[in-house]
Amino acid sequence: MADTATIQKLERLALQLRFDLVEMIGVGKAGHLGGSSSMAEIVACLYFHAMHYNPANPKDPERDRFLLSKGHCVLIQYAALVELGVIPREELKKAKTLDCCLQGHPDMDRTPGIEAVTGSLGMGLSVGLGMALGLRLDGRPNRVYVAVGDGELSEGQIWEAAMAAAAYKVDNITGIVDFNHVQATGPTKEILHNPDIAKKWKAFGWEVLEIDGHNIGQILNALEKAKKVAGRPAVIIAETVKGKGFSFAENNAAFHNGIFTEDLYRQALSELQAQRTALERRLRRR
Amino acid sequence: MKPHPNMRETYGLTLVELGRENRDIVALEADLGKSTRSVLFQEAFPDRYFQMGIAEQNMAAAAAGLALVGKIPFIHSFAVFAAGRAFDQLRTTNCIPSLKIRICGSSYGFSDFGDGKTHQSVEDIAIMRSLPNMTVLSPMDSIETIKMMECLIDWPGPVYIRINRSDLPLLFPADEPYSIGKITKLRDGSDVALVAAGIMVSRSLEAAGILAERGIFARVLNLSTIKPLNREALIEAVMGVRAIVVSEEHNIIGGLGGAVLEALRAVPHAPVEIVGIKDCFGTSATNYDEILARFGLTGSAIAGAAMDLLRLR
Repeated sequence: MADTATIQKLERLALQLRFDLVEMIGVGKAGHLGGSSSMAEIVACLYFHAMHYNPANPKDPERDRFLLSKGHCVLIQYAALVELGVIPREELKKAKTLDCCLQGHPDMDRTPGIEAVTGSLGMGLSVGLGMALGLRLDGRPNRVYVAVGDGELSEGQIWEAAMAAAAYKVDNITGIVDFNHVQATGPTKEILHNPDIAKKWKAFGWEVLEIDGHNIGQILNALEKAKKVAGRPAVIIAETVKGKGFSFAENNAAFHNGIFTEDLYRQALSELQAQRTALERRLRRR
Repeated sequence: MKPHPNMRETYGLTLVELGRENRDIVALEADLGKSTRSVLFQEAFPDRYFQMGIAEQNMAAAAAGLALVGKIPFIHSFAVFAAGRAFDQLRTTNCIPSLKIRICGSSYGFSDFGDGKTHQSVEDIAIMRSLPNMTVLSPMDSIETIKMMECLIDWPGPVYIRINRSDLPLLFPADEPYSIGKITKLRDGSDVALVAAGIMVSRSLEAAGILAERGIFARVLNLSTIKPLNREALIEAVMGVRAIVVSEEHNIIGGLGGAVLEALRAVPHAPVEIVGIKDCFGTSATNYDEILARFGLTGSAIAGAAMDLLRLR
């Protein structure tokens, strides 16, 4: 189990990542808030604890790699890379504007720290599989982490990759399903019902870990457990809330890729500020 | 290496040679290894060979992952599937970041004559050359296949290479220095330029012979680097002729003919005709020559097109 200090640090960071999301989206610009904020705790745990990653050398061949197959949620990865100092903080406000290095979807040539080009859905697990196979061939100890969306599980290619990863007994990859139940145009079970996700991954030969994707302790635990699975790949199915942290966006498909009005922008900041106050109060009491 | 007359066999043998020279080369296959001849690489380097099953999309994107950790992946399928089935994976994960992957589009055109429409590629060049960063190659025979593949270790970015299933006449000048982008002149003549790639180069040479009997002298140009097309070299190579005939084992829309016309834009040039597949799909046949003849991909058709342009027929 992770110690209290680590958990506190990561709770603060997850909140900071949500502040960064608001700064990137700003007023009048669209941004994928919902699926980015559902990943905040997971991304904080990866970059600031679980991953072997040296922000001073983001191209270090001996690094763990994190890919967002659900590339539209790259804002949350930008936020982490800003907090690590890989991306300059002043880029946040310019996100998705002409000539800014922060593109609407992951673009490895434009953005430091981005590992691949993803965004056309269903492809990231395959890319991660290729990386994992290559790293294993070279005898490198590094892991590849790939986050996929639950809506994205409709893409057949995900299951092609799942099948191949199991066939090749790839155990240096950790899949993460951001199980937030909402996709672009509505609840996932109404768009195309895809029940028994955990059973499906098991049937494809993966070790499955089911957790609360906003609980830092559970995330760290699962990441650690997944690392120890040998001879087959592991996937963490993280139960999350789309738009987590923003009352108007929670479980709301409208904020899959929503626009902040001036009022909503102020509301988002004040809600996060209230969460920060509550968090600090809670941490002091511990 | 000694060229085997069969292009796909030469491809497989050369891939093994390259694999011996460079430990970063890996091969991925979608269960057509006996046809594409990637099976030879599998026998030589089993640990660097990934049988991905009948799942071209996963194969193409996994290749991106391998490239991103320093490998040089060669992926294999029939041209129609390599270009068509995994288009978006090639586009998104490989072409946007310009990764060094090599796509073997095997059994291109009608060279898989027996299997019919679904397995014959009439559109792969159009699809692949529309992708930014993609290099598109179509060697004319096994000699050129070897020379071209030797360039693939260092050549940057993604490459699509069209490989024929058949034995093709060995006509490429073996002793000439070679680099990607080179336009090879196989025969000189001042009246007509016959531009081609793949098997249509040998058909163009036949056409040049037919035309010579009529006192018309044709130069034959092998334009095997379809993209990036060496525009200056092409403009110079077709200068002075009175007719240009481009022939291709591909739809006349979006293929080599289209590439030549795009390259000749904004400069004065002789009239151009394209001898190719006239916007239709193929059919099953008992042999390669038979199907090529059915679709008008013959030396006499090329010669006829040249005569028409010269208003001699």
